[in-house]
Amino acid sequence: MTSRPQLIFLLVMFALLAVLPFVGSRYFVELAVQVMIFSLFALSLNVLAGHVGAVSFGHAAFFAIGGYACAFFLTRWGWPLPLAMAGAVVVSAAASFIIGILCVRLNAIYFSMLTLAFSMLVWAIAIKWKPVTGGDDGFVGITMPQALTDPTNFFWFTYAVFAASAAALWVLSASAMGRAFVAVRENAVRASFLGIDTKRMRLIAFVIAGAFAGLAGCLLAMYVRGMYPTTAFWTQSGQVIIMVLLGGVHSFVGPILGATTLYLLETTTHQYTEYWPIVMGLILMVIVLVLPDGLVGLIKRLRPQRRA
Amino acid sequence: MNSLSLGMNLFIIAAGLTLIFGVLRIVNFAHGAFYMIGAYVAFSILQLTGETNVGFALGVVGAALVMGVVAFFVERGLLARLYDKDHMLQLLFTFALVLIIKDIVKMIWGSGQFSISTPPALSGAVNLGISYYPTYMLFLLVTGPVIAIALWYAMERTRWGRVVRAARLDREMLSALGTDVKLVYSAVFVIGSMLAAIGGALAAPRSAVDPGMDALIIIDCFVIVVIGGLGSLAGSFVGALILGFLTIFGSFYLQEWVIVASYVMMVVILLVRPWGLFGKSDEERH
Repeated sequence: MTSRPQLIFLLVMFALLAVLPFVGSRYFVELAVQVMIFSLFALSLNVLAGHVGAVSFGHAAFFAIGGYACAFFLTRWGWPLPLAMAGAVVVSAAASFIIGILCVRLNAIYFSMLTLAFSMLVWAIAIKWKPVTGGDDGFVGITMPQALTDPTNFFWFTYAVFAASAAALWVLSASAMGRAFVAVRENAVRASFLGIDTKRMRLIAFVIAGAFAGLAGCLLAMYVRGMYPTTAFWTQSGQVIIMVLLGGVHSFVGPILGATTLYLLETTTHQYTEYWPIVMGLILMVIVLVLPDGLVGLIKRLRPQRRA
Repeated sequence: MNSLSLGMNLFIIAAGLTLIFGVLRIVNFAHGAFYMIGAYVAFSILQLTGETNVGFALGVVGAALVMGVVAFFVERGLLARLYDKDHMLQLLFTFALVLIIKDIVKMIWGSGQFSISTPPALSGAVNLGISYYPTYMLFLLVTGPVIAIALWYAMERTRWGRVVRAARLDREMLSALGTDVKLVYSAVFVIGSMLAAIGGALAAPRSAVDPGMDALIIIDCFVIVVIGGLGSLAGSFVGALILGFLTIFGSFYLQEWVIVASYVMMVVILLVRPWGLFGKSDEERH
């Protein structure tokens, strides 16, 4: 999953991002914040989809849980920001632990269906549990720390969270556990012969993925100053899978690349036409039919030719 | 009664989904979009013919035919390339279809809301002895079992049904015995999709026709198909009845929490019997 070219790519990317607030307009700074939030969300799914090879069709559930928890702690209980975010991550990790125990027992289609069922459950609760979530209208008017209301400050805050998370996930990916995850994906039977507890590995990956999705949810809630039930709807889970797949599942930077490409395409398409979903659908169809390794796979395929 | 007619309407749609899954082993997210196409095509045909009985019948048949043609090209042109690939890619392919179809529907019909009135012969109410009941709901209630029996007969008593059942069990063996499995796959996909379109056309008079109508129906169908067992027709019949009852009676006791209850049921079934009430587990299958 990890390699030297990817590390260089990451370092260059973060260096370029750090320059952005000094040279770019406010529009680009805001855009970068959104791209980073969704990149983090996609990275978190990749722990599950890329490393252990279990594609969750309900990953948006934890994105929403994290966002709602953060919004609730900040606004209703008036917690300070670090505590509220830590609390939200704990809540999403706990939720993914409970849901994960139940889900990792199933394989392939059934795993996808069960994760989908749980996310729809979260969506339905978000709509109906009005006192906590605000129901259909969403949770609006989040109390924000004064310092973060400035867009540039919020950019740096998101940058720090995203960089720290990416670093943590990179270390995980390169660690012995990260390799054990990949072993489970490649051949679960052989991995278990080697003494790897495959279910436990899948559960650990599920919880890590859920926790980071929750963290991304916190950022989203603060960025849009609100949280809405559609964040947990199945189409949102589908979108993040597209991001991961577009970049490429078998690499670390793939999801970041995919999320960035998809997000930038979306904003540019919106300037010309309202029909963005059809463009996204066509992109997805191209990936599925001709580019199953995503953009990273395409780059790898093009490189040797250039040398020859 | 209301729960029965809702359940029967859902059954027609879910039957198509489970038929496709049973043979092609593909979870078709686009099934809800196919349902939506059915409703829109029926609406357009009724615009041309005026709201007559014949027009309504033509609308339902036309919806099925248009969808059948679309499904044929989708299957032959695109989906057929994915049969030997990872099931995740197949799932995502159908998700791509959802996005594309939704926008095409918006381009053709706009994003406004339409409605279809019930055909003259089926409007009004029937005296059932205890109370009056809308004729159209009664009609829906009858169409479900009729389609169920027709499907059962086709699957269990005809040569074609035997071939489909064989394709479900072992596609390599069937192809080795000289049957054109590709053709069977196309036929099943087309028929399953046509069922979704018929369901959509029939549902149109009782609910609004708008570009968002596909998103929840597909989840309802998943709930039904999971309860009954992926691939089992009898299971989806029972599953549709259960969901119909839950939706109508649940709203008495649980009020608006009923929507939560249906997902809880789906989760519980997947945990206790992932292969559903009527399905067979993979161990039993072999």
